[in-house]
Amino acid sequence: MQITCRINNREFIREIEPDLLLIDFVRSLGFKSVKRGCDTSNCGLCTVWVDEKPVLSCSVLAARVNHRIVTTLEGLEEEAKAVGRFLAKEGAEQCGFCSPGLIMNILAMKKEFKTPTTDDIKQYLAGNLCRCSGYESQLRAIEKYFDLEGKNQ
Amino acid sequence: MKTVNQGIEKIDAMSLLTGKAVYTDDLALENCLVVKVLRSPHAFAKIKDIDLTDAMKIEGMECILTYRDVPNKRFTMAGQSYPEPSPYDRLILDRMVRYVGDPMAIAAGTSEKAVDKALKLIHVSYDLLDPVLDPDKALDHKSIIHPEADYHVNGDIGNEVKRNLCASGEFSAGDVENEFSRCCVIVDRVYHTKANNQAMMETHRSFSYPDHAGRLVICSSTQIPFHVRRIAATALDIPKSRIRVIKPKVGGGFGAKQTLVSELFPALVTMKTGKPAKMVFDRSETFTASTSRHEMKIRVRIGADKAGHILAIQMDTLSNTGAYGEHGPTTVGLSGHKAMSLYNRAKAVQFTYKVVYTNTMSAGAYRGYGATQGTFALESAVNELSDLLSMDPLQLRLKNILKSGDTVAAYYGETINSCPLPACIQKGREMIGWDRKFPFRKISPTRIRAVGAAIAMQGSGIPDIDRASARVEVQEGGFYTLMIGAADMGTGCDTILAQMAAESLGCDMDKIVVSSVDTDASPYDTGSYASSTTYVTGMAVVKACEELKRKIEAKGIYPALSASATHSSPVSPPPFMAGFSEIEMDLETGETKVVEFVGVVDCGTPINPSLARVQTEGGIVQGIGMALYEDISYNPKGKMTRDSFMQYKIPSRLDVGRVRVEFESSYEPTGPFGAKSIGEVVINTPSPAIAHAIHNAAGIYLRKLPMTAETIFMTLKEQKTAWPSVLKN
Ligand code: FES
Ligand code: FES
Repeated sequence: MQITCRINNREFIREIEPDLLLIDFVRSLGFKSVKRGCDTSNCGLCTVWVDEKPVLSCSVLAARVNHRIVTTLEGLEEEAKAVGRFLAKEGAEQCGFCSPGLIMNILAMKKEFKTPTTDDIKQYLAGNLCRCSGYESQLRAIEKYFDLEGKNQ
Repeated sequence: MKTVNQGIEKIDAMSLLTGKAVYTDDLALENCLVVKVLRSPHAFAKIKDIDLTDAMKIEGMECILTYRDVPNKRFTMAGQSYPEPSPYDRLILDRMVRYVGDPMAIAAGTSEKAVDKALKLIHVSYDLLDPVLDPDKALDHKSIIHPEADYHVNGDIGNEVKRNLCASGEFSAGDVENEFSRCCVIVDRVYHTKANNQAMMETHRSFSYPDHAGRLVICSSTQIPFHVRRIAATALDIPKSRIRVIKPKVGGGFGAKQTLVSELFPALVTMKTGKPAKMVFDRSETFTASTSRHEMKIRVRIGADKAGHILAIQMDTLSNTGAYGEHGPTTVGLSGHKAMSLYNRAKAVQFTYKVVYTNTMSAGAYRGYGATQGTFALESAVNELSDLLSMDPLQLRLKNILKSGDTVAAYYGETINSCPLPACIQKGREMIGWDRKFPFRKISPTRIRAVGAAIAMQGSGIPDIDRASARVEVQEGGFYTLMIGAADMGTGCDTILAQMAAESLGCDMDKIVVSSVDTDASPYDTGSYASSTTYVTGMAVVKACEELKRKIEAKGIYPALSASATHSSPVSPPPFMAGFSEIEMDLETGETKVVEFVGVVDCGTPINPSLARVQTEGGIVQGIGMALYEDISYNPKGKMTRDSFMQYKIPSRLDVGRVRVEFESSYEPTGPFGAKSIGEVVINTPSPAIAHAIHNAAGIYLRKLPMTAETIFMTLKEQKTAWPSVLKN
């Protein structure tokens, strides 16, 4: 089947198999930031945005994004750097394999919360697993990021 | 110091954080054949026949390989220096399958769909054998797991393979029985730790292709590029010079990638077809067909006089290595030596062990490598001892632990240069508020908070065996390239080694360029495991930089001026840690949460305090998972029951409370800038410290991991202790 969609502000028209998953679709187009960490929708590594809302790309058929707007971390380079600077300061990216999915969700959270509490942050990001960091450094970084963002607004 | 001991950002931070294509699967060639493996549904069987006729009819299939197509040379997949202590008990594909998940056929095709279809059409007939599933019954079981005539061991590891005994041994110093007879209290208990999965986020994966000279290139997510080259050469029966191994960025390892797991499957396909091939394990395969932590049952006998002087310690470990012996003979040693050495005031110590084969997934390397299991056992026993003595558990430790300057018989006779453990205990005690909180506080009629503690040590590399080299070269424009063979797996070693180089050469960090490992270009290194990188490779970097400085002073600086150095250490100075947990328990359900965990660590000079802190926090949280819920178990037929993150729960950010880390830094004279290791010691204290807190909350000793809400609840019910500590209130 044929689908048409916008990914990171570029139009794509592609012939796809009906059972192709969104994660495999975007990776095949070169958006390699999107990672897979599980087979059971548990890890959050594969998070992308469809029409600006975070979804697990391992659990969505590519066919579903026909005529819709998809965003991966490649499309948010500047925003990713802004969050990334805080994470890097804390040394929070260890292997970094979970980072793209995490940052996609931090940026999504930013659209919903101006100044999230610690609990808001933990709840919102509960589905983003990380085996390396133990989460503390991520939390320190995210709190500082929102602190600064809050002040800037 | 300008760069060392500074919390400098990782040199690869921004590329990781903006999602650049830097990991193995991101770099794989587009035209790779898809490789998958047909796995045994039986725990123990002999293949009668494999019929490929239907499977090969599927369009797009390139080849299907079986035991008939592999070299007949046994090897071990354990990433250890040659001659490996692990037995040579594997073939790439064997006619005998020894656990549910053992590979039977390798299928390669142009699309995943074709391969999946073909796998379903391979017809296998078996002679079923009686599996050995219980490690307690493995020794002298009527089923022999490795009856093959070409089974091979490299040295004396106490192996009696016909008895399913992979390794055994003993060690003693002093006369334990004599010392026990002088003790007024003795704890004698068995502690049981389960197999755990390392669960790094990037599953096993690799791809291979022939290069311009017809050599085999293997690109893999591994901790041990040079061992991969050697082991692949043996397994594929080709010269080592015909193989090149490349390691891109690695999405976590924790020991899982200190063993070959995926590499040989695509490699064999490339060899047979001359085409690029790739294999990516899914999560379920990573759970069921890789390697895990060794399950261990450890009997501890420990005795003290009335004043609390520990006189004798005896440990006896039964370790389950599963179907293959990867890391079996070596992990078990740490369960005794790295635990007992903590109590160097003891007059006599004895350690005996057996490692048995069973028809379960092979165990392997996982952060802590046996020390974690031994620490849970011994530290729990020490906490029980303090109870019998009615002595503060921290006091009991301060009385008995090793000190700087000690020569420790149980630690291979090494002399300890740096041990600030008393200061670690003291600082942790203040941070957690021990004196206010010990043993428990009731916070509501049904909820209680309690604290617990444990201490631990590890090593820094394997003495005389780990070998690392480094090469620094002046480049045009006055920057330096630093070539290393150590494998950064997310730990940040590329960064800390660059920090050491910058410090030594007196330049800024941005003048140092670090390349990732390529066995054709990088200098030899045994790999990143056994907490060796900072200490062993770090010293090689320092030596090479010192040498280059001398050359620059003598001849001036010009491009291509370079220096190399190799380092191997005769000692393995232990890092130390004191861990303190505060838990909250719901007395009605047994549900227990860690509300706070405090870790105070001595890793000598922390080369990069931010990264050392995150290593510690991450290790503690893995340890909490191990303590409370991570559990590999099997059904009565030998099939693993939890093979996804749905069933095998690792801690999420909602599951752990606060984790606070401080350093009590000593200076290790044999390490680079005074550094020791950090990567592994950090996982050892959570299990015993949490078990201790559970005891302080509910009056029960849990001696088997994990300590789930259900076990806590059932134990309380069975023992009808009716929460004695609460009743005392
Ligand atoms: S890959 Fe794990 S949730 Fe999508
Ligand atoms: S940094 Fe490795 S999984 Fe999060």
